[in-house]
Amino acid sequence: MTTAIWLHIANVFGILIAVVGASALLTWIERRMLGLWQDRYGPNRAGPFGILQVLADMLKLFAKDDWTPPFADRAVFIIAPAIIMVVILLAFAVIPITPAIGIVDMNIGLLFFLAMTSLSVYSVVLGGWASNNKYSLLGGLRSAAQMISYEVFMALALAGVVMLTGTFNLREIVNAQSGLWFVVPQFFGFLVFSIAGIAEAHRLPFDLPEAENELIAGYHTEYSGMKFGMFFVGEYASIILISAMIVVLFFGGWHGPWLPPIVWFLIKLTFFVGLFILLRAALPRPRYDQLMAYGWKFMLPLALLNLVVTGAVTLAFFNG
Amino acid sequence: MLSHLRTLWAVFTHTVARRETLLYPEEKLKLPARYRGRIILSRDPDGAERCVACNLCAVACPVDCIALQKTEDETGRWYPEWFRINFSRCIYCGLCEEACPTYAIQLTPDVEQSEYQRHNMVYEKEDLLIDGTGKYHDYNFYRVAGMAVGGKDKGEAEDERPPIDVRSLLP
Repeated sequence: MTTAIWLHIANVFGILIAVVGASALLTWIERRMLGLWQDRYGPNRAGPFGILQVLADMLKLFAKDDWTPPFADRAVFIIAPAIIMVVILLAFAVIPITPAIGIVDMNIGLLFFLAMTSLSVYSVVLGGWASNNKYSLLGGLRSAAQMISYEVFMALALAGVVMLTGTFNLREIVNAQSGLWFVVPQFFGFLVFSIAGIAEAHRLPFDLPEAENELIAGYHTEYSGMKFGMFFVGEYASIILISAMIVVLFFGGWHGPWLPPIVWFLIKLTFFVGLFILLRAALPRPRYDQLMAYGWKFMLPLALLNLVVTGAVTLAFFNG
Repeated sequence: MLSHLRTLWAVFTHTVARRETLLYPEEKLKLPARYRGRIILSRDPDGAERCVACNLCAVACPVDCIALQKTEDETGRWYPEWFRINFSRCIYCGLCEEACPTYAIQLTPDVEQSEYQRHNMVYEKEDLLIDGTGKYHDYNFYRVAGMAVGGKDKGEAEDERPPIDVRSLLP
């Protein structure tokens, strides 16, 4: 009994520390990878391969003046960066990493994930609103519009997977993929979900809420110090979250031959995190109206079509 | 959509491309010989100072970072008593080198001049003077100039005819 409790606590704190640590490390990995793909080095001075850059950045953020502008809405301004960290970390609770590792085994895991990622938009919107700065407000506004349009087909894309397995439990979804990964029958679902996921994590090419070159820094223009760091680490945590969800839903989670489950999960996770970074290195940011048009006129119909075809096939061949 | 994938692939191929960054303090810069860096004062092939303290460099300098004082030795040859360049003002334009009639002042391809103290950027004559001839190996001003200095009278320079006696009608 006590061993089970200790195991559970180890699970909780292990995942917490791993996720936060990996998010912090990802700031350095991303800069090194961007450097690699742009034929330069990136931060390579502090420590071996520059890995202590993470520590240096962290010290710098802590040492910075934690400034709240006098014109800002104080309470909301302070809460906003915490929201993104909290909800993204909460969402990690439902992700089954291996048969043994994973915090809760919820039978509505997928819905919980969707709910938490939807809540993360509040962080951006409230941050943009409370800053009382027109650039921040524009960033928050864009974020709200982007989330509303992309959340719709993010959920619709997942409906295909739910139809095939008949469950919202992520662990069962992974187990259902022991034979065939869902990326094969649900290829368009995968496509739509990953694009919506990039938008959800507001990463390039869908980083319109931030848009450095038109909105200064978008919703976190007025933030400094560790409040800014929270937004930053939250963004990287959401990259890991979306990658983990892609792995769990479409690439068979921990399933794979020869190697232990945790290794397979990490290999797949690393691949998708790398893809996120590659997207940033390669693609330009679309205009705001292009983003909206792309979402509503192309992705939504594609998601609906995927839903209809999956439903029809399921009904015809598997009969419920 | 297809072009996006093509872009992704094109960027991905850069994984194995050579990096353009020069890791500077470990890898040294390769600057061309005529790069405009730290200023030096050169010597002529005989080992004497080339500078004749004509002040043309100080006049040409747009930021007034050169200061010097002329003096003469016992043979009548001019040289600077002191010569001072304030490198914290110098803009490395090279106008002093162009103004110099004796090739004494020259710019070198050395740019590593960082100091912690600003006054350490002020170079005196002993810091500026080098042992060699710099970029122009055979040039010696007094050997080609028509000026009389110790050991060389008028008309004894290279390619110089003896002075004409203007008081005589003989050819």
